[in-house]
Amino acid sequence: MNELLNNILFLPEQASTFAERVDNLHYFVVGVTMLMSFAVGTAAVFFFFRYRRRKPNQTTEYVVPSVKTEFLFVSLPLLFFLTWFVIGFRDFVFFATPPKDAMDVYVMGKQWMWKFSYPEGPNGVNVLHVPANRPVRLLITSRDVIHSFFVPAFRVKMDAVPGRYTQAWFEATKPGTYQILCTEYCGLSHSKMWGEVVVLSPEAWDEWVKEQRRGSLQNRQDALADLTLAPHPARMAEQGQRVAAEVGCFKCHTVNGEPHIGPTFLGLYGRTETLDNGQSVRVDEAWITQSMMDPGAHLVSGFPNVMPTFQGKLTGPQTAAIVEYIKTLRTPDIRTGDSSQGPVYEPIQ
Amino acid sequence: MSPSSSIAAEPGAVPAPDEHHEHHPSYLTDGTTVKSWLLTLDHKRIGVMYLIWVLLFFLIGGIYALIVRLELLTPGPTIIDAMTYNRAFTMHGVVMIFLFMIPAIPGAFGNFMLPLMLGAKDVAFPKLNLTSLYLLLGGAAIAIWGMINGGMDTGWTFYTPYSTHTTTTVAPILFGAFIIGFSSIATGLNFIVTTHTMRAPGITWFKLPLFVWAMYATACIQVLATPVLGLVLLLVVGEHLFHFGIFDPALGGDPVLFQHLFWFYSHPAVYIMVLPAFGVMSEVVAAFSRKNIFGYRAVAFSSLGIAFVGFFAWGHHMFVSGQSTFNAGVFAVLTMLVGVFTAIKVFNWVGTVYKGAVDFKTPFAYFCGFLYFTVFGGMTGVAFATASLDVPWHDTYFVVAHFHFIMVGATIMAFMAALHYWFPKMFGKMYHEGWGLVSAALIILGFNATFIPQFLLGNAGMPRRYYEYPERYQTLNVASTAGASLLAFGFLISAIYLTYALVYGRRAASNPWRSRGYEWLTESPPPTHNFVGPQPTYSEEPHFYVDPKKAEVPDAV
Repeated sequence: MNELLNNILFLPEQASTFAERVDNLHYFVVGVTMLMSFAVGTAAVFFFFRYRRRKPNQTTEYVVPSVKTEFLFVSLPLLFFLTWFVIGFRDFVFFATPPKDAMDVYVMGKQWMWKFSYPEGPNGVNVLHVPANRPVRLLITSRDVIHSFFVPAFRVKMDAVPGRYTQAWFEATKPGTYQILCTEYCGLSHSKMWGEVVVLSPEAWDEWVKEQRRGSLQNRQDALADLTLAPHPARMAEQGQRVAAEVGCFKCHTVNGEPHIGPTFLGLYGRTETLDNGQSVRVDEAWITQSMMDPGAHLVSGFPNVMPTFQGKLTGPQTAAIVEYIKTLRTPDIRTGDSSQGPVYEPIQ
Repeated sequence: MSPSSSIAAEPGAVPAPDEHHEHHPSYLTDGTTVKSWLLTLDHKRIGVMYLIWVLLFFLIGGIYALIVRLELLTPGPTIIDAMTYNRAFTMHGVVMIFLFMIPAIPGAFGNFMLPLMLGAKDVAFPKLNLTSLYLLLGGAAIAIWGMINGGMDTGWTFYTPYSTHTTTTVAPILFGAFIIGFSSIATGLNFIVTTHTMRAPGITWFKLPLFVWAMYATACIQVLATPVLGLVLLLVVGEHLFHFGIFDPALGGDPVLFQHLFWFYSHPAVYIMVLPAFGVMSEVVAAFSRKNIFGYRAVAFSSLGIAFVGFFAWGHHMFVSGQSTFNAGVFAVLTMLVGVFTAIKVFNWVGTVYKGAVDFKTPFAYFCGFLYFTVFGGMTGVAFATASLDVPWHDTYFVVAHFHFIMVGATIMAFMAALHYWFPKMFGKMYHEGWGLVSAALIILGFNATFIPQFLLGNAGMPRRYYEYPERYQTLNVASTAGASLLAFGFLISAIYLTYALVYGRRAASNPWRSRGYEWLTESPPPTHNFVGPQPTYSEEPHFYVDPKKAEVPDAV
């Protein structure tokens, strides 16, 4: 029954505790709406035929409603609407009140991606991992304009407002992957600001958490260990790698040749890139430097304009060191390893 | 009840043409120079000029709508790039709302009919009336200049801080809308004063035609709410150009403050659009079922009721913006009252048909469409006000479908009904009834085909203002676009036969519908000063179709 109604109404699958509540009221409201519309429509159509004009000058009776009729006209809709309100508001209070034992996740909207971080765990871009059957509270904010975090399968939506935190919560009921959409218009790529919630079974969740802790520590140790073991890396490039890891370049740029949120660093220097304005440019020191300071100025085609500026965040020598580091990444042999694939998680300090 | 009343003289009779008819040209022929039109102070000519302009704006807004619908035919890019798309839907909204929906019925039909219905020679302030037309056109010119020189990509709601950050041409378009606001205020003020001071002897408050009641309620909203919009638009322009820091949190402002101020106008603005539509429909349903309005006072007071509670409902636009749970509850209940008042109207319209004498002409066909759009659009509106349901629906296509049903569907139905009902009165010509019905059927069908799939898209979770969408939404989008084409085709037919009728149509009788609305007490088209000879007397309420021989004196309703 539930499934049939869901299909008729094109509702997505129900994957949270809230979804079920909302849908039940939804069926009720749609049912009443249809019934009332049908009653009014039928009455109207019946009158059109029953009281059609038979001669051009036909006169009519002077009919006015009794007080009882008018009272019915007011009280009938009011009764229905108040019923909806009572159920709807009760559910809304449920939606607006996260359980005390909920797990917190911070959500930040940013043109045009979702960033998630756990108070004591990894962080990530566009992919939110949560355990099933455990309430999750989202503390949502935005870095630039207003976004809105929406998971249709959970029926959960909350605006991400810059300058304040809003909260929402859900309890996912079955493991799976569910789409996140942005529903508040936020500019050029609003319609591509998608992400996904990966709901894991409790065991898979524990495993994932362990994995992340290990992985992110490992990544950092690898990156540092790598430096000491390398035979005789140019000193400046070595510093550059360290700085790049510290300021977070590897969250978006890989060094193994795969494009991620930004272009890969591997073989970047000297490559000819097509820009989003159609021009092409040969990557040199000046372009790399400019891309760090004013990332949108000469944007490589196919990548979103999402990189923050590093103007004022990097000193001159640090900038130069990163450029030198990128210059060393000329062939796949220089640094192998898959630690930079996908978003890199690291613990929040 | 006086049997000498000109209305009750003979049931269904066309008022006798005045014997001086020959010497009094209609308002259309009284001066034919361009100047005599552009500088006219005659409310009827101003109404006709409004009509021409709002039809042009409707065409522009409609073209933007078709561009948007065509783009959404496929999940990825179809005909335009993302930036152009964002500008197109913004312009569709801005043009349709500020240049068509808000001024259309009050500007064109309110101006034309209000003084006629009150037995007045003109509105209270004829010069202000002309000024408000030119304020509208001036504002439109500035806004359109802005559209041509870059356009704006914020959506018609101009939400900050996006609207203060975007690099597109925000300032001229918002400034244009600011000026258009003055036009709206001036029209509203004029109507309020006219209704208070210019009623002919015999027209008491409870004998006012319901269209006048609706215009009066609308005017109250226009005068009280529009200044808030004007201020908030100026603040956004200031913020965009000079970075005041009122709405931008980076500068210490509050982005949600903008939403409160904006919806404080823009929610009542919905009733600026739809109340005149309700008024038109009260006239049409009475005229074509030859019946007095069932529950006249209830319909009249519900207009004022909607205007009043309309001011206390804006918060339902912010259920998921982080406002308090208590607020959500308060705004939810207050919003539902609008639904109750609308339900009163709907029931009384249907009651008006009861024991009537229905003549199923084109305006009545639009009444049927209107009834359906109002019931379904209104009920989905109350569904939205049900706070928990708003959570998944908010900012999805369900909203788009809902407000197109109630705000656009109902208003367009009323606009088309008014156009057809008053066409003979305004131009003295008849259009082709058969084509009228065909076009009405196409428009109603096309409208449903466009927006019913959008309700389902909203259920499925497709957010609004999406240039690209996940593939699972395509089927419904294709259906919607197909519906939009049908809709456009319906309007095209209307445009053709109405233009044809304007030039070649046969001369209309003075009162072709045998209506007993007050506006039909003068000739069609009316002479320059509305009435020739002695003013008609107004002893019955409008739409009193009772056979005088059997007439029982109507009690107070």
